[in-house]
Amino acid sequence: MSPDLPLLFAERAGDYRAGIHHCTAAELREVLARLLSAASRVVIPPGLPQEWIDGLTVPLLLDGASPAGPAGSGAAAPITGLTAADLDAPGVSVLTGCAVAIAETGTIVLDAGAGQGRRLLTLVPDHHVCVVRDAQVVADVPDMITALPDPTRPLTMISGPSATSDIELNRVEGVHGPRRLDIVCVH
Amino acid sequence: MSRELPIVAGEAFAEAARRELGDAQLRANLGRATRTIRDKRARVVAEVPDWEALRDRAAAVKDDVIARLPKLLTQFEQAVTAAGATVHHARDAAQANAIVTELVRAEQADQVVKIKSMATQEIGLNEALEAAGITPIETDLAELIVQLADDTPSHILVPAIHYNRSQIRELFARRMPGFTAASDEPAVLAGAAREYLRRTFLAAKVAVCGANFAVAETGSLVIVESEGNGRMCLTLPETLIAVVGVEKLLPRFADLGDFLRLLPRSSTGERMNPYTSIFTGVTPGDGPRRLHVVLLDNGRTTVAQDPVGRAALRCIRCSACLNVCPVYERAGGHAYGSVYPGPIGAILSPQLTGQDAGFNRTLPYASTLCGACYDVCPVKINIPEILIHLRQTGPKPAAERAAMASLSWVMRDRRRWRLALRAARTGSAPLRALTRRRGGTLHRAPWPLSAWTRHRDAPLPAAETFRDWWRRTHES
Amino acid sequence: MRIALFVTCLNDALFPRAGIATVTVLERLGHTVSFPQAQSCCGQMHANTGYAAPARTLERLTEQAFAGHDVIVSPSGSCVAHLRAHTSLPVYELSELLIDVLGVTDVGATFPHRVTYHPTCHGLRVLRLADRPETLLRAVRGLELIDLPEADQCCGFGGTFALKNSDVSAAMVTDKCRNATATGADYLAAADNSCLSHIGGALARHPAAPTPIHYAEILASTGPAS
Repeated sequence: MSPDLPLLFAERAGDYRAGIHHCTAAELREVLARLLSAASRVVIPPGLPQEWIDGLTVPLLLDGASPAGPAGSGAAAPITGLTAADLDAPGVSVLTGCAVAIAETGTIVLDAGAGQGRRLLTLVPDHHVCVVRDAQVVADVPDMITALPDPTRPLTMISGPSATSDIELNRVEGVHGPRRLDIVCVH
Repeated sequence: MSRELPIVAGEAFAEAARRELGDAQLRANLGRATRTIRDKRARVVAEVPDWEALRDRAAAVKDDVIARLPKLLTQFEQAVTAAGATVHHARDAAQANAIVTELVRAEQADQVVKIKSMATQEIGLNEALEAAGITPIETDLAELIVQLADDTPSHILVPAIHYNRSQIRELFARRMPGFTAASDEPAVLAGAAREYLRRTFLAAKVAVCGANFAVAETGSLVIVESEGNGRMCLTLPETLIAVVGVEKLLPRFADLGDFLRLLPRSSTGERMNPYTSIFTGVTPGDGPRRLHVVLLDNGRTTVAQDPVGRAALRCIRCSACLNVCPVYERAGGHAYGSVYPGPIGAILSPQLTGQDAGFNRTLPYASTLCGACYDVCPVKINIPEILIHLRQTGPKPAAERAAMASLSWVMRDRRRWRLALRAARTGSAPLRALTRRRGGTLHRAPWPLSAWTRHRDAPLPAAETFRDWWRRTHES
Repeated sequence: MRIALFVTCLNDALFPRAGIATVTVLERLGHTVSFPQAQSCCGQMHANTGYAAPARTLERLTEQAFAGHDVIVSPSGSCVAHLRAHTSLPVYELSELLIDVLGVTDVGATFPHRVTYHPTCHGLRVLRLADRPETLLRAVRGLELIDLPEADQCCGFGGTFALKNSDVSAAMVTDKCRNATATGADYLAAADNSCLSHIGGALARHPAAPTPIHYAEILASTGPAS
C-alpha cells in the first residue's frame, strides 16, 4: 500500500463535503466523543470496538446481536432491531467502521460486517460518523472489489453526504440520506 | 395523442423540435445545464490516465454479454434464486407490467415507492399501476418534479433538466403539501423533498427499482444513485421488485471495477456518486424479506441479432451523449418522443420498437453525425455509425429515393457528370449575374431548396468548374 | 512527389477555388499533381442519407478512378473520412499531406488578414487533424489567427440534416455565426466546403461577419485578398 493513499482518500472525501478528522489511535476516543457530543442518541451497530464507545457521554442505542459476538457494552441494554422510527428521531447520530475505503474517489464501503450493522442504521439518522484506519484504504474501485471479504453481503458505497444534481445539474448536499458525514481517519 | 409505448415517437422529430425551439426559457435552461455537466465530466475524465483503455475493456465486456446473453441470464437466474430471490421473465412491456401489478396486489399494497428506473419508464409501468388502482410514487427528486408537474422526462439522468430552480420552487408551492419556502436555493428545494417523502418511505410496503448492473456470477444487483431515496427503497419496504433489462448483465463481479469508474464520471461528472448499493438476493434481518427480479426483454434479443445495431445494447444509461449533443441541447428531450432522448435514444427507440412504429423513422435523422456522442460514450458505442445504419435500413420518402437514384446515375458516369456540371453552370448563369452584387449567393429558392434558403443563402454553381479549369490550365 | 487530387463533387461544381488552391500550393512546393478525370463523388452523401447501394457504387468507382496512385490528397475532411472508412485508397486531407507526408509547415503563403478557424466535426473527431490546419495557418506571413469560441461545436450542417431538420440546423449555425463574428476576424476558415457553404450562407445574412474561406485558399495566397 502506498503511504499516500490515506491522505488522498481524506482529500477526495473532503472534496465531496464529508467532514474529515485526522487522529492517532490514542486520540480516537476523544475525537469521537467530541463529534458525537451534540447527538440526542448514538446508534451503535453490533461488533463496534469497545474503546470507540467508552468515551461517549450521550445515550446509546445498540442494534441487534453482533454477527461477531455480543456487543458487550455495559452502557446500555441491547435493543434487538431498532425500528426506522427509532432511527428517525431528532438528533440521532450513528457511529460505524467500514470494510474498505477507496482513495481515488474518497469512498467508504460498508458490508454489514462487524462494527457496521444493517444498511438502515447508516441511512435514516441525519448524522453518520465513520472511522477509517489507514490499512483499510485501497487505491481504486477495482482494488476495492478484490479487497472485499464477501461480495454477496449487502454493500453500500458512500461518497460524501446524500446529494442531488437534479436542479440545474449543480450538486447540492443533503437529501434523503444523512445530511452530515464525518470521517475519522486513524493514522 | 395516443402512443403504443413511451419509447415510440408520436410526432416527426423536425416538427417537435421546431415547437420546442420556440421555448426560449427551455433553451436557456438546457444550455446552462448541459454546459455545466459537460465541463464537469471533462474535468473528472481528464483525471483518469487510462480512460481509453477503460472504455475499450467495458465495450468488450458488454459485447461479450450481448453475445452470450441466454447463457449469462441462466447463470444470473440460478445465482440470484439461490440467494433467495424469485425470478420472472417478461417478453414485452405488457407482460412485465402484468407481473409487477400482480406482485403488488399479492402484497395488498395500494401504493409503491419507486427508484428512478429507465426500464420501468420504457414499459409505462406507472400508467399500468395507476390503471390497476395502485399509486406509484417517484422518489428521485427530478422524477418527483416531473410527476408533480404532470410532465414527461426530458433527460435520462436528470428528467427535469428543462426546469430551472425558480420554476421548481413555483411548482412545489403549487403542488407539494406543506411547502412554504420563499427561497429557490437548490438546497432548500432538496430539503423540502426530504420532508415530503420521509413519511412515505417509513410507511412503504413495496418498492420498485431497476438496476444499473446485474452480475451473472453472483446474482448481485447494483443501484447507483445520489440522494439516498434508492437506499430507502432498497432497505425499508418488506418487498422489493426489480425490473431489469436483460442487457444490464455483467459476467463477473470483478467487472464492476471498471464500470463503477466509468459510470459516475460520465453521468454526473463526479469521481463517484454519493451512494451505490450492491445486494445479492435477500439478507435475513437486513432489507426486504422478498425480492422479485423481473428480467425484461422488450425487443432486446431482436436488437442483439443486428450485427451493427446491437452495440446500442452496451448502453449503461449515463446520458453523457445527451449532454454533448448540439441537437439535444437545442431541441430538448421531449422532441424525441421517447423516454430515451438524445443520440442514444435516436438509435435505441427505433431499434427496440421498430422504425415503422409511430415516427421512429425520423429519429435516425435527428443528428448531424458530428461524433461528439461517440467521443464521450463510456462503452464506445459508435452512435454515428448506427444512425447511418438505421437510415440505410429504414423507410425513406419516394421523392428522395428517386432524387438520390438519379443523382448517383449521373455521378457514376464521367461523361454524364461533366455534362451535368456544364448544364448546372449554364442554367445558373443568369442567377449568378443577378446575385453578383451580393457575393454570388442565392437568397431565396423554390421547394425543396427553400428549406435551405429559409435560414441561409445558397451557393450557385461556379462560372467555371474545377475540371474545366484543369482542362484549360493543365491539358492544353 | 506525384500526388493525385480528389477534388470532390461539391468543390468541382460549386467551389472550384479550393481545388485550384490545393493544386497551387502543391505545385509551388515542387510537386506534380494529377487529376483523374473519372472521379465524381465519394458516396458520402448517399451513404449518410441512407442509400447504401449507390454509395457503394460510387465508392468502388472512386477506387477505380484512383487505382495505382500512391498518394491522394483532398481538400475536404468529411470526404477523406468517408473514403478512409470505405475504401483502401491512400487518401490524405491537405494538412495531413503537408505536415505528415511532406514535412512542411510553412508553404510560403502571405495573407495579411485576421483569420479564425472552425475545425469541422470530421476533421476534429474522425480524422483527428488536431491543430494541423492551425499550424499551417500560423506560418502564413501577415496572418493573425484568432481563437474561435466554442470551436468544437458542430455548425449544424450535417448534409441533409440542414434540410430535414432545418430549424435545429439554423439554431446551431446562429450560434456558430455569433461566435465567429465575436472574434472580429476578417475571414472564417475551415477544411470543408460543405460546412462552409452552410456557415457562409448564414454569415451572408449577418452584417459585419467574417468572410468564409477554405483554408487551402489562404495557403495558396501570396498577398492581400482581392
